[in-house]
Amino acid sequence: MGCQSSHPSAIPELDEIMLETGFSQASVVRLYDRFQALDKEQKGYLSKYDLQGIGELAVNPLGDRIINAFFKEGEDLTDFRSFIRVLAHFRPVEEGKSNETGRPEPMNSRLRKLQFAFQLYDQDSDGKISRDEMLQVLRLMVGIQVTDEQLVCIAERTIQEADQDGDGAISFEEFATSVEKLNVEQRMSLRLLK
Amino acid sequence: SLILSLLFFHLSHKVTRVVPESALLIVLGLFLGGIVWAADHIASFTLTPNVFFFYLLPPIVLDAGYFMPNKLFFGNLGTILLYAVIGTVWNAATTGMSLYGVYLSGIMGQLDIGLLDFLLFGSLIAAVDPVAVLAVFEEVHVNEVLFIIVFGESLLNDAVTVVLYNVFDSFVAMGADNVTGVDCVKGIVSFFVVSLGGTFVGIVFAFLLSLVTRFTKHVRIIEPGFVFVISYLSYLTAEMLSLSAILAITFCGVCCQKYVKANICDQSSTTVRYTMKMLASGSETIIFMFLGISAVNPDIWTWNTAFILLTLVFISVYRVIGVVIQTWVLNHYRVVQLEIIDQVVMSYGGLRGAVAFALVALLDEKKVKEKNLFVSTTIIVVFFTVIFQGLTIKPLVQWLKVKKSEHREPKLNEKLHGRAFDHILSAVEDISGQIGHNYLRDKWSNFDRKILSKVLMRRSAQKSRDQILNIFHELNLKDAISYVAEGERRGSLAFIRSSSTDNMVNVDFSTPRPSTVEASVSCLLREKASSVCLDMQALEQRRKSIRDTEDTVTHHTLQQYLYKPRQEHIHLYSRHEIIQNEDEKQDKEIFHRTMRKRLESFKSTKLGINQPKKLNKSHKRDRGQKRRNSNAIPNGKIPSENPAPDFTLKEKGIDNPAFSADDDQSIYMKFPPWLTDEDSVVPSQRARVQLPYSPNNFRRLTPFRLSNKSVDSFLLADGPEERPRAFLPETTHM
Repeated sequence: MGCQSSHPSAIPELDEIMLETGFSQASVVRLYDRFQALDKEQKGYLSKYDLQGIGELAVNPLGDRIINAFFKEGEDLTDFRSFIRVLAHFRPVEEGKSNETGRPEPMNSRLRKLQFAFQLYDQDSDGKISRDEMLQVLRLMVGIQVTDEQLVCIAERTIQEADQDGDGAISFEEFATSVEKLNVEQRMSLRLLK
Repeated sequence: SLILSLLFFHLSHKVTRVVPESALLIVLGLFLGGIVWAADHIASFTLTPNVFFFYLLPPIVLDAGYFMPNKLFFGNLGTILLYAVIGTVWNAATTGMSLYGVYLSGIMGQLDIGLLDFLLFGSLIAAVDPVAVLAVFEEVHVNEVLFIIVFGESLLNDAVTVVLYNVFDSFVAMGADNVTGVDCVKGIVSFFVVSLGGTFVGIVFAFLLSLVTRFTKHVRIIEPGFVFVISYLSYLTAEMLSLSAILAITFCGVCCQKYVKANICDQSSTTVRYTMKMLASGSETIIFMFLGISAVNPDIWTWNTAFILLTLVFISVYRVIGVVIQTWVLNHYRVVQLEIIDQVVMSYGGLRGAVAFALVALLDEKKVKEKNLFVSTTIIVVFFTVIFQGLTIKPLVQWLKVKKSEHREPKLNEKLHGRAFDHILSAVEDISGQIGHNYLRDKWSNFDRKILSKVLMRRSAQKSRDQILNIFHELNLKDAISYVAEGERRGSLAFIRSSSTDNMVNVDFSTPRPSTVEASVSCLLREKASSVCLDMQALEQRRKSIRDTEDTVTHHTLQQYLYKPRQEHIHLYSRHEIIQNEDEKQDKEIFHRTMRKRLESFKSTKLGINQPKKLNKSHKRDRGQKRRNSNAIPNGKIPSENPAPDFTLKEKGIDNPAFSADDDQSIYMKFPPWLTDEDSVVPSQRARVQLPYSPNNFRRLTPFRLSNKSVDSFLLADGPEERPRAFLPETTHM
């Protein structure tokens, strides 16, 4: 697994990637190295097993969900472009950048970060976090000492707190509102990725 | 009185949370010294440099080296070296020169000092002291990178200090007029010789020690002895050769830890650990007390306000400046940046301690006429940094951190989602490879695996390490297969197959077994069981309370039971405790859940038909040889033996399923990820490792959340004394 730095020219679609994701060339190169290191058999793609091979993810409650976020619906392999697209969400937000109208929302904006998180909750992609989905997430994130009844309670309360239109589920807007006080930009940014 | 005070302070944790133990000890020392002086009018004990350097310091440094988190240390080595070398030189030079400058201006009055004396003083007062740093940082929980930088700096700056001190000492002896350029050059060269030589000596002895422990299988009783003796030898040898002894013993500890821990048997390992902690802790206590006692010696007291004040001012100011400049430079090269708060902690945490005092006591009065002044100043500086800075650093840090965070009581959603964000971020960090791939590190780990480990580790230890690799390579495959096979059997009675009844299903947890590990593990089990019940009852009661309090309950439950994200786990180094990783529990739970899910999904995508037979055979073999590592796992063969076409891609994928080498030395390390938290260097030291997840156990895993027991049985059932060792690192070996 000797990792010498890749040459920028070895990376396919480098310019488009940089434009789309906003990463600097150095970051893209670094992530490409990482991609290749994870891709043990040099397939050019990553499979779920490759990502599962990262030990720490197994002790991360949301590990598997996040792995799945890298793969499109029903697919088992992801290429570098998709890989780096996901990571682009976690680029630190540049300060003082005005949001020019007409330009597409940058991938690392607060909105995008929240959308990413929302999609982790909303497994069936119906645009809402139902009670069941909330329950599932809670189950993942909470110790086993908490019983199911407890959990149901907590899930209901959580939904109640955030639900504004009373439909018993949390839409994306409600979700965004419920976390508006949280410093999402900071909490979902990796200093490493610039 | 020493004993009493030791006991007293170790017991009063509440006090030590506010006041660092070192400060208390100094005060106590002062008190005692005062008593003795008042009684006899003589200064009784003083901290003689000899005693300090030969008896008190080595255990502390060895303790630091042996428990050093290597990955972190070497990962930040560049930073550490910069601070240690350049930083110390900067501090020494600026302090010395400034004092000289001030002296020239006459404020200090008439003193019999020259520039060289000032530089000499500067060099001994400049160095950050490892003992003091450790003592204080114990209480202040800073992030691991920061800790390792300050701590590493304090250890490595010894070479610089020694060289500077010796160089200036000899210059002073020669007399200012006789110093030539050649001598300066010699000084610089000697720095390299001393530091590299010291390191080399340390490494040689580490090699020796590892080699020795490889063959001590039959002399287990004295295994711990070897560790201490050989390490101390490294210290003495370096000292004898006028090299940096601290560096020698540090690197001895740092380099040997992995192999020694793998080689020596558990009881020895425990003995070594406890003894080391005991010696280090004892030494530290004695040092600080003696610092206090030695201060009560009126003969040496010379007071020169300007000098003392200015020294204090200069060392603080120049440290801050030095840190800021160096950090600014470093941040260009570092991936993980050092922020303002880090810099504050680094500047403020640059404590001086006993090393400075010992060095100043070593000065020759005839050469350095103002020795007493230096001694007094040093004492005051040390006291100031340890007591005042030690006391205030914790509030300072908290204040700084608090300034940034909000004060509102977060809402339920915020708590939950906030936590989720933290987890997401950790995961993305891991995926994007935060530390990044280091060519050197990979090279080293290859070298280590192929050559070093073969030489230095016992056969058994090597095998077990490889086994873990294989085991985990096989994990998904085998268990998924058996999971499927079980499903095919259709019937709960299938569980109780003859091969399984050997050990799994009917393990009686209550049977006491000889090994200490097992005892603690079954205690853990029982304890967990009872705590579950208690919790459930408590929870039940709470549930019956009125609606209004449901909110508080929910909050409370979430607060208590939400899994913690990674940053909160870490408490790296403790002088007085062997760290128990409480988050192991959390890790285990999550781990089991994750693996189970993965296996389920694997199963649903793959049906292995040919495998069960082979599998059973190997399982039988496995279990029969639970205790003998040598044959343990033919696992390695299974995938290669298996040409079944439907396995192709997936099988390969399984090759690196749960835990493959993600970075450096840690293929085996990575596996039980919680191992990496504490002793990241060590593979499962238990030579008698065996298949941790027997598929049969897996079957028995009823809905995992039902009770802790099932989780524990999952973990433990297959030979409690074996399995936990694979998973629970040394912490269970109490």
